[in-house]
Amino acid sequence: MSAQPDLLYSEEEEALRAAVRDLLADHCDAPGVIARTESDAPHDLAAWKALSDGMGLAGLLVPEALGGQGAGHREVAVVLEELGRAVAPVPYLTSAVVATEALLALGDEELLGRLASGRTIGVLAVGLHTAPGAAVQAVRVEGGLLQGELSGIADAAVADVLLVPADDGGLYAVDAAAATVTPQVSLDLTRPLATVTLDGAPGRRLGEAEPAVRRGLRAGAGLLASEQLGLADWALTETVRYLKERKQFNRPVGGFQAIKHRLAQLWLEVVNLRAVARGAADALASGADVDIAVAVAQAYAAAVAVHAAEEALQLHAGIGMTWEHPIHLYLKRAKADSIAYGSAGAHRAAVAELVDLRAP
Amino acid sequence: MTDAAELKRRTAELLAAHPPADTATTDFLKARFDAGLAWVHFPEGLGGLGAPRSLQAVVDAELAAAGAPDNDPRRIGIGLGMAAPTILRYGTEEQKQRFLRPLWVGEEVWCQLFSEPGAGSDLAALGTRAVREDGGGWVVNGQKVWTSSAHVARWAILIARTDPEVPKHAGITYFLCDMTDPGVEVRPLRQITGEAEFNEVFLTDVRIPDSRRLGEVGDGWRVAQTTLNNERVAIGGMRLPREGGMIGPVSKTWRERPELRTHDLHQRLLKLWVEAEAARLTGERLRQQLVAGQPGYEGSGMKLAFARLNQEISGLEVELLGAEGLLYDDWTMRRPELVDFTGREAGYRYLRSKGNSIEGGTSEVLLNIVAERVLGLPSEPRTDKDVAWKDLAR
Repeated sequence: MSAQPDLLYSEEEEALRAAVRDLLADHCDAPGVIARTESDAPHDLAAWKALSDGMGLAGLLVPEALGGQGAGHREVAVVLEELGRAVAPVPYLTSAVVATEALLALGDEELLGRLASGRTIGVLAVGLHTAPGAAVQAVRVEGGLLQGELSGIADAAVADVLLVPADDGGLYAVDAAAATVTPQVSLDLTRPLATVTLDGAPGRRLGEAEPAVRRGLRAGAGLLASEQLGLADWALTETVRYLKERKQFNRPVGGFQAIKHRLAQLWLEVVNLRAVARGAADALASGADVDIAVAVAQAYAAAVAVHAAEEALQLHAGIGMTWEHPIHLYLKRAKADSIAYGSAGAHRAAVAELVDLRAP
Repeated sequence: MTDAAELKRRTAELLAAHPPADTATTDFLKARFDAGLAWVHFPEGLGGLGAPRSLQAVVDAELAAAGAPDNDPRRIGIGLGMAAPTILRYGTEEQKQRFLRPLWVGEEVWCQLFSEPGAGSDLAALGTRAVREDGGGWVVNGQKVWTSSAHVARWAILIARTDPEVPKHAGITYFLCDMTDPGVEVRPLRQITGEAEFNEVFLTDVRIPDSRRLGEVGDGWRVAQTTLNNERVAIGGMRLPREGGMIGPVSKTWRERPELRTHDLHQRLLKLWVEAEAARLTGERLRQQLVAGQPGYEGSGMKLAFARLNQEISGLEVELLGAEGLLYDDWTMRRPELVDFTGREAGYRYLRSKGNSIEGGTSEVLLNIVAERVLGLPSEPRTDKDVAWKDLAR
């Protein structure tokens, strides 16, 4: 048996969490996020600027020599927990994790430096539903220019650079200005999808797409579990708080045993999710046992995050069904996350291969 | 100061003076106890050195490397995990000197006389009576149940009612009961697996001298909390390798018997495998929190998680075996000294694991504890707090 992963939070990680939470309290309050989803600009670029420019968080995974912070996945995971807790509409997972990891695989120093600063938002132009290792849609290379349409690209609406897989096996950097980006009406209001159309767009070939895409999606899947943890923890905490106050039958609703047991079960699920999410983050940081840790985290996380949001809705009852209350943002994000970077079923299939529990 | 280097030095001295190859097991264990290397966090003179508990691992590793015998902790788990910490905290000097050494060495096995037919989850409602005699000693009458190891135990930790006129928590006193007393009758209680791990214990005019009372008269409920809290620590702190628990045997069968595989079972197995790995990591995280000295609530949930998983996994395993799942290894009535949840065959595992959500606190009670102590939700409405025990409904 190899050494056990470090599943705790360090003091530095807790300090980082507190700083991010403070910042999001100022930028991403629930009424503001809801109002923004109904505007033409669902992303909160002011919050993004504060996170990246102000705190340097877009460059956590990028070495210092390239303009980043030279931190690691454990710190990124803590940031994602807080972004999930606030359902913050910022392109952090897509740009600072998935696109950055793909560029790290290719060693593109120029783009890495730009993404690390946060002044350039990069998005991997692969459908959000794609599991690590799954086949991806590619555009055509015709006369040195790129031609084709890709859909379901998360955060493409705010991207400055698109990383596009092409049918020659390469991954191309395409200036977003050279592409047509059309927002899609998305289930998740705070991480909207878009269609990317390339009609003779110029691109710079960065290198082989397959290993870069795989690495980007694997990190995305593993760290998504921390975002899901943040979502679930918010849903549990907020529901417990509400049910201590809400009274019916002359008692706090949270005092009824049928409710207490449901919340205790949910707490147990969240506790387990924290362990697998920390396990995946630590594995990505150390490079040990990464594939299993990521697959386990994603096979486990989705059901918990969705369950937490669904319980929050049911236990808030009528108010939980309203547009005004933020629960729906969490439910929509949790449900979309259950598909993002591969469903739990896809990750269970990966587990089956990795630990030799093969199908009939 | 007793640090790791000092403990290594003392361990080397012990091994030099009592070479394990030439020393009888009990003699070696007594020497180890007297050297303060039994449980290093205990005080000097009582098997320890007042050292940090985490340093025990240093001693254990040195002794294991030297091939030294251990005290077979599984056989004396109730003594080590429950009786000893309670005696250490509440015992008189005479009690500590009398009981701790033979307990740790394994010469005297302990059992726990707590639960009763009428006092399960509501343990504080217990009705076994202890009445004081003129000479100051006690006479005990009542019935205890679910008592593991009673048939091999020399001593028992016992809680009994000494004052029925006050509310139930206030009228309990804690005793150390001699299981060889003629008034103690142990009857095996056969369970659904066919064997009798535990017993009913009938106490008829059992005489206990006042020198075997642990703690003050009427303070037994508080003393018992030390026992029960140590039980929970013991359940929470275990360290498992991947596939280390109930998921291990079914995974092995899956790999070795491809002819048994179906798509339905595959999906269910993978889901449980992932959940078992999540629970294992949660246990590991709890362990890391304890080592780091951080208070962690995860322990309250570990037993809940393992109970459900053990039941679902063993249930799946019986189905996976198909025609063989219709068979059972052996219904013979036995009184085992040790309990191994993953021992024997799938059918046994399935039946034995049903107890996991009952023993040491039912899952329903544990959910209440999580809801109230961890989440801070209101406690259950109580109608029994200010009522004399004798007036409670039963």
